[in-house]
Amino acid sequence: MNDDTSSKLTISPDRLEKKFADYKPLYTESEALIEANRCLNCYDAPCISACPTGIDIPAFIKKIATGNIIGSAKVIFEANMLGYSTGRVCPVEDLCVGACVYNDLNYSPIQIGRLQRYATEKALEKEVSTGKKLFPRNSRKSEKKVALIGAGPASLACAAYLALDGVEAVIFEKDGLPGGLNTMAVAPYKFQTEDSINEANWILQHGVELKTGIEIGKDISLEQLIDEYDAVFIGIGLGTDSRLDLPGSDGPGVWGATDLIRQIKNNPDFSLPEDLNTALVIGGGNTAIDISRELAMLGAEDVRMLYRRSRKEMRGYDHEIVGASHYGVRLVENVTPLEVVRHGKKVKALKVSSTISDDTFELPCDWVVEAVGQLKHVSDVSPEIEVDEMGRLIVDSETRRTAHPKVYAGGDCINGGKEVVNAAQDGREAAFDMLKSWGISPSLHGKKYFKSFFTYNGH
Amino acid sequence: MADLSVNICGIESPNPFWLASAPPTNTGEQVMRGFDAGWGGAVWKTLGEPIVNVDSRFGAVDYSGTKVIGFNNIELITDRPLDANFKEIYEVKKQYPDNVVIVSLMVESKEEWREIIKRSEDAGADGLELNFGCPHGMCERGMGSAVGEEPKVLQEITSWAKEFSSVPVFVKLSPNVIDIRDPGIAAVKGGCDGISLINTIKSIIGVDLDTLVPKPSVGKESTHGGYCGPAIKPIALHMAAVLAKDPQINVPISGIGGISNWQDAAEFLALGATTIQVCTAVMHYGYRIVDDMIDGLNNYLNEKGMRSTSELTGQAIPGFVEWGELDLNYDLIAKIDADKCIGCGLCYVACLDGAHQCIHTQKGPCHAWHGKPDHGFGPRTEVKPAVWHDGGDTAMSHVPFVDEEECIGCNLCMLVCPVPDCITMEEVSQTKVKESWADRVAKSRT
Repeated sequence: MNDDTSSKLTISPDRLEKKFADYKPLYTESEALIEANRCLNCYDAPCISACPTGIDIPAFIKKIATGNIIGSAKVIFEANMLGYSTGRVCPVEDLCVGACVYNDLNYSPIQIGRLQRYATEKALEKEVSTGKKLFPRNSRKSEKKVALIGAGPASLACAAYLALDGVEAVIFEKDGLPGGLNTMAVAPYKFQTEDSINEANWILQHGVELKTGIEIGKDISLEQLIDEYDAVFIGIGLGTDSRLDLPGSDGPGVWGATDLIRQIKNNPDFSLPEDLNTALVIGGGNTAIDISRELAMLGAEDVRMLYRRSRKEMRGYDHEIVGASHYGVRLVENVTPLEVVRHGKKVKALKVSSTISDDTFELPCDWVVEAVGQLKHVSDVSPEIEVDEMGRLIVDSETRRTAHPKVYAGGDCINGGKEVVNAAQDGREAAFDMLKSWGISPSLHGKKYFKSFFTYNGH
Repeated sequence: MADLSVNICGIESPNPFWLASAPPTNTGEQVMRGFDAGWGGAVWKTLGEPIVNVDSRFGAVDYSGTKVIGFNNIELITDRPLDANFKEIYEVKKQYPDNVVIVSLMVESKEEWREIIKRSEDAGADGLELNFGCPHGMCERGMGSAVGEEPKVLQEITSWAKEFSSVPVFVKLSPNVIDIRDPGIAAVKGGCDGISLINTIKSIIGVDLDTLVPKPSVGKESTHGGYCGPAIKPIALHMAAVLAKDPQINVPISGIGGISNWQDAAEFLALGATTIQVCTAVMHYGYRIVDDMIDGLNNYLNEKGMRSTSELTGQAIPGFVEWGELDLNYDLIAKIDADKCIGCGLCYVACLDGAHQCIHTQKGPCHAWHGKPDHGFGPRTEVKPAVWHDGGDTAMSHVPFVDEEECIGCNLCMLVCPVPDCITMEEVSQTKVKESWADRVAKSRT
């Protein structure tokens, strides 16, 4: 997306995720125009209410239709600095697209995600080809500086809005690459690591500093950051995979789901064993569905998801379950795992029991993948920040400020694991609250001023 | 099966659908293919002293992804030798004796008219159409719309043509006039047998925003052209109806202008046309479109219990009156079917910003004038502040409702609603007798 940072972050191109084709490729111009022109341009559109960042969707779509790509992308980014990745990774069927009024008319709803990708990707290409920035760096400099912990979507969004208003934003990331789950976990047929790093690079070029390989609590303490900076934003996401600690699970062939996904996405040395035939995935959430589909697409013959209740109770999105089933992923309902059975070192079967009868049986398999959630690692950061009974950081629902007046938080660490778009919104709200508390009027604040209302009211 | 055949000025046509004088009737081979497709007649591409054309020649207006809702051209009359044209006309008539061939003509001097009319008749033309409409290129040479815009000249040349011709003479009118009745009456006074209208409208179809050259460009320049296609149909319908309504116009009309399908054609017939002519839609989709035109018109006539096309001709003319004759006491209000509504809010914003602020939602700013209805009678003295209604995000909160006291029955909400039959305009039961503006004026005089 940008060529002007010599220190651009990159990743080895030789990774398993590169085998995946883009399942919703970039629209051609004519595809985009046809789809954009289908939009009814609803007033007070339901798609806007369904978007956690409240992007003015009809406005950006109509700008695509008139050939105003720069204007379209700006509408998106003003509400959501991660508009490029969210256009590709959002579960739109459950958000904006699901709210499209065409659903009620039994027409195909507007493909808002694909149009959003088109507008942002084309505008960013144009930014490079013309050298004209969508958001030129603000000449005004404030004296304020903010530390952001974790370089995932929440921090990137927060840092971008701060930097655009002249605030010094420094992101501390314990890993080598920014982007958080966009880099490490998003299904590769939706979004790949390069895409995520490019997006992060684009945000960084607005004046955000990234320090990698620094872990809070180890290399530097939260207290130190609170002392040195005017505010601190915590966007540390969730921890490593929760594990079931089944008997026999120690050893090769048993994986935590996000760890396995990260191997596929980021590790150039990782490949699937040739003899991988049957993989059993334990869990009923979207991560379980993602890894099942990825393994099936990579050639595992028999991929089955094991869930302790029935399909209708699964937390995963219905459209994702259907999507995985197209690749042959099957569902085993009402079972709970008991033990990994090994033959020597090699996994031979998973012993499970039925949750609706007294049956116990063995399912032969080569791999077992546990997708049963991620640990909360908030307590690692600081004992000072309050945490709820689910392990989530407690923040004010509007400002994303914690009980500590200088500390904000957003993303998965406050919501227990939602979408990129929720993290982006948290980052934006936190940034705006910081700016306002310092008397800086956010230059990208989308709220409109209705002069007519005041006139009528005699003001 | 309704009888689609028509008789216009004594010419029998198997159906009312003719190809207009334009690129689709440029050659005999094309016209024959048109007849094979089902067209009842063809008006040959205008003959005259062959000219030289330019590249490019056509431009189009696309709207919201729909291609060619409007079209314009800077092409002139035939650029092929007259000999070749007449030979082909002869061949066509020989092979298709039941189809109508009208030859469109455009020359300057009386002698030229005499000569070209004779040759047309010799070739077997069923009728002639005098092209007094072409608004570009030819008018600079004193022909086309230069004639159509000067009723005296038009009348004179029409009378020449009548003098030389033994077959019916149609005059094709230019719409680029203040009142279409002026050239229409002149044509009748000149003795024409029928009137064809409209020709194209003077236009610049657009500007290339990269090169800043108007379209269609000829290198780094362009010129005005003639506008046609679906977008001009309402203009053409009006002009046809005005002539059909005028008692001085006692000749049949061949309607032209934006006709793309049987419904368009039926509208022209209802407003007084005997035949209709099509060009742009054929240039867009080919001769094959006539199949549905024939089929659709036939089915429509059957449904309406009409036995022939001629029964439809002029049916809508009695209902086409002056504004002053309309009933001021006729009342309509909009009804929104909440079960069909998809909550797009288009009726709400259209009424709010573009009409009379009579539609409200349970969620959103309500600009209702919380006072007495005062449409049209002085300043709104009871203006109250806009109120924010918050009906929450319930299923019903996006369904707008009509303030029936305030609704002025303008149709706007119904027109913008994307859901078929969701908004309907319903008659308020009439208590008062019909009273028009003309009635009121007449009353005030007595």
